[in-house]
Amino acid sequence: MGCCQPIDKVTAIVEQYKGEKGALIPVLHAVQKELGYLPKDALETIAAGLNIPASEVYGTTTFYTLFSTKEKAENIIRVCESGPCHVSGYQKVLEAIKEELNIEVGEATEDKKFYLEMTACLGVCAEAPAIMINDKTYVNLTPEKVKALLASF
Amino acid sequence: MNYIETDGVKIVLRNFGKIDPLKVEEYVARGGYESLKKALTAMTPEAVIEEVKASGLRGRGGAGFPTGLKWSFTKKDADQKYIVCNADEGEPGTAKDRLIMTGDPHGLIEGMAIAGYAIGATKGFIYCRGEYTTSINTLNHAINQARENGFLGENLFGTDFTFNLEVRSGAGAYVCGEETALIESIEGHRGMPRFKPPFPGGAGLWGKPTVVNNVETLANVPVILDKGADWYKSIGTEKSAGTKIFILCGNLRNTGALELPFGMTVREVMETYGGGLLTGRDLQMVHLGGAASGIMPPALIDTPLTYEDLQAVGQGLGSGVILAIDDQKDFMSYICSNTHFFEHESCGKCTPCREGTARINEILHRIAAGDGTLEDLDNLKDLGEMMQISALCGLGQAAPTPVLTSLEHFMDKYVEAVSGKKNEVNEEAVATEAIHKSYYEAAPIKLD
Amino acid sequence: MINLTIDGKQVQAESGMTILQAAKANGIEIPTFCYDPALSKAGACRICVVEVEGARLLAAACVAPIYEGMVVHTNSEKVQKSRRINLELLWANHNQDCLTCEKAGECKLQELCYKYGVTESRFEGKKRNLPIFDDNPFYIRDYNKCINCGKCIRACQEIQINETYDFVDRGFNTHPDTAYRVDLMAKESPCVFCGNCVAVCPTGALTSKINRGTFRTWEVEKKVKTTCTYCGCGCGLELNVIGNKVVRVTPDLSGTTPNEHGALCTKGRFGFDFINREDRLTNPLIKENGKFRKASWEEALDLIASKLKGIADVNGGNSLMFLSSARTTNEENYLMQKLSRAVFKTNNVDHCARL
Ligand SMILES: Cc1cc2nc3c(=O)[nH]c(=O)nc-3n(C[C@H](O)[C@H](O)[C@H](O)COP(=O)(O)O)c2cc1C
Ligand code: SF4
Ligand code: SF4
Ligand code: SF4
Repeated sequence: MGCCQPIDKVTAIVEQYKGEKGALIPVLHAVQKELGYLPKDALETIAAGLNIPASEVYGTTTFYTLFSTKEKAENIIRVCESGPCHVSGYQKVLEAIKEELNIEVGEATEDKKFYLEMTACLGVCAEAPAIMINDKTYVNLTPEKVKALLASF
Repeated sequence: MNYIETDGVKIVLRNFGKIDPLKVEEYVARGGYESLKKALTAMTPEAVIEEVKASGLRGRGGAGFPTGLKWSFTKKDADQKYIVCNADEGEPGTAKDRLIMTGDPHGLIEGMAIAGYAIGATKGFIYCRGEYTTSINTLNHAINQARENGFLGENLFGTDFTFNLEVRSGAGAYVCGEETALIESIEGHRGMPRFKPPFPGGAGLWGKPTVVNNVETLANVPVILDKGADWYKSIGTEKSAGTKIFILCGNLRNTGALELPFGMTVREVMETYGGGLLTGRDLQMVHLGGAASGIMPPALIDTPLTYEDLQAVGQGLGSGVILAIDDQKDFMSYICSNTHFFEHESCGKCTPCREGTARINEILHRIAAGDGTLEDLDNLKDLGEMMQISALCGLGQAAPTPVLTSLEHFMDKYVEAVSGKKNEVNEEAVATEAIHKSYYEAAPIKLD
Repeated sequence: MINLTIDGKQVQAESGMTILQAAKANGIEIPTFCYDPALSKAGACRICVVEVEGARLLAAACVAPIYEGMVVHTNSEKVQKSRRINLELLWANHNQDCLTCEKAGECKLQELCYKYGVTESRFEGKKRNLPIFDDNPFYIRDYNKCINCGKCIRACQEIQINETYDFVDRGFNTHPDTAYRVDLMAKESPCVFCGNCVAVCPTGALTSKINRGTFRTWEVEKKVKTTCTYCGCGCGLELNVIGNKVVRVTPDLSGTTPNEHGALCTKGRFGFDFINREDRLTNPLIKENGKFRKASWEEALDLIASKLKGIADVNGGNSLMFLSSARTTNEENYLMQKLSRAVFKTNNVDHCARL
């Protein structure tokens, strides 16, 4: 695309989807993939470009847990807390992550390398407990395994 | 995802592990797209609907609505109709649709094209949950291949039927599995369900007649056309025809997903394929069907896994989850994890669910912490029963089910928990509560 | 026409009606929060639920269509119980300061809690706990009293066509807010302070700042119907009067005025404080030797007439210019141009409605 400002990338993405029906959520995904999160100026560009009220763009963004208006970190860790992971002991895995990274749920490490949050079911319930780091799911975890996994980042 | 091989007949997983899902030619080599060809060149849309009706196929997304009947209810005259595949798979414990999407994507695409032909839709959407990046990539790859090979696009098999397909990604909202919330989400809005009527079959996506079906439901369709409704109906039971993917998880020796004809009992499946519980453990309960279904006590595990038998004992098949929980797990803390889920996933549109899920969760955590009272139990029942009949959508209507069914079958545990024996504070319950608490504190309430 | 039974009464209603409409047409009231005939439907608050024989679920009367042979119970045991729990749920998540709430006496939540005997909630616990937004001269937003009916959002979108608000967040945290949660005066906020959102809010979540804390809703002695004088639209207003003072303006909802659905603009709704201002002119003043003095109307009008006539007689009517005010009625403005054109034979007439 030959552009270097983040906002130009947003404009380019919006251009690509313009005129498509129901473009908002695909655009939010694409922009977040590009920028890591959805800052206000990006949302403003999207609202103007797709001709959708800013209130609706913002309201929609805040509805979905995969969208973030805050900068989180380089890697986002999502720990599944649904029933199957619960009975398979996700609590110990979570403790291990918190201990290893020295952060609580909803926090980023100081070096902004990891952000920790919880998630509902990841759909790998027969291999619980499971976590997701960025786009990838990791299964059958134990405290030892998850520590080793974090070290590989 | 663990897949458990069985000896029996396979329908939706017939190609699983036998073909390279990224190669359309391997699907074709096993008879793929023949059913679509048959439908387009040798059957009228009405005949396709009749065949599906006669097969007895019922929706695999949780509600079990007869698929052929749903298709026949689609409004006839409209300039545009849509077929939408519900691949949101958000029901905790459910890990079946992803097997189909990543293992045999063309089976789903073929099923959708046939469904599109049957109802007169020229455009389809697959709404796949955002976390399933592999499924989304596999589907997009398969759609491109299908288009290149003339299985999608204009004038399929030389007929005047045109069908195009697009994958849309969800963004982390369980409620978007509810069909009208899903439609809202594809349109680009907050995933808040619509009131019904109008039903999607009358006015759905962008106000046009729309059929929403689950992945597994649609994946059955090519086989039904290929082998015929009679063959299909001969599998399973009278009222639950065909096969179902079950997901064995929790405290079993073997866990994984498997395709079985309807009719085995919960116990048989857990023992034959799950290998039973670990030595020295007893079964405490089975959470059958997913987070929104009932809690099953050990006394009921000889119930056959069919729509009708489970309904008769006040339980539900849901999406096919069999979550076994042994006696080492803390009862209250499990229920708390469930109520926490629904509070987190309520869309917030209607009062009974937005406020009710939060209060149920609050009361359960209070009880788990040893601060509950007997009145709390009455209040739970009152509130739960009100939500079942007054909430706007299936989420709020079903959210109290685990609490209400467990109150019915495990009253002793609740009474024990509220009877002031606070000294025996359960570590697991405390840990769970601490996690949930930190979660809420981290939840974005104001100012980013 | 459709035949149905509501509360044991055989009634008829037009096909296409909802249960709520059919009941209303037959004199049966069903309570509502999120329903407003002027707005699109939400079906969200569930306070209007009714029992339909043969149905597993209660039906939301505001959106459920009627059908032939339908049997409806609008106030059965089951219905009352559901409404009571609904109110308990709302009350538990409410900033319960009725004593000093501006809305007291006109609040729908208060009214229904009274009607259904809800004096306390069994579901007390955490609350929404948001700051109170006092960020503009016209109205205050206290979402701790908001019941998420969504009417403010729809009023702004559908009546004002301004889209200031949408719901933000999800589940228990859901509430209406502006894009990026900015203040209403921020440059990103499209709000024009028409107050149409305030007018539809059923609770004390959105309340006017004008004369706040100086009167109770039930002290309003009379509502004087009048026509807004700010511009030529001719919106119907009701001046709410206590003693000899206008304490607030509400729209004329009789349906006979040009402002359908009672829509008003910021001037018509909030701009009435001049009426009782101390520095407002209440007598004509005549300037003599560089100083104003009070005069009677007769004296002042005589003076004006003689001066105008004198100038016109000497220099002709075109030496005069008439400028009238939007703060007077259309009839008065009409008379002004008549005076100019018919009496003084000049077209030099203009009007200030260019605000
Ligand atoms: C809260 C909620 C979540 C749901 N999630 C799903 C889901 O993830 N996948 C699905 O197929 N159906 C889900 N459903 C059911 C759908 O609303 C709908 O009934 C189904 O997609 C219809 O397809 P079927 O007839 O083929 O089962 C959900 C329903 C509710 C109320
Ligand atoms: S029941 Fe829950 S999820 Fe469904 S509309 Fe109401 S608040 Fe939303
Ligand atoms: S005052 Fe008018 S413009 Fe402002 S938010 Fe309310 S309705 Fe919208
Ligand atoms: S602020 Fe008032 S009108 Fe708006 S949603 Fe809340 S209660 Fe309804």
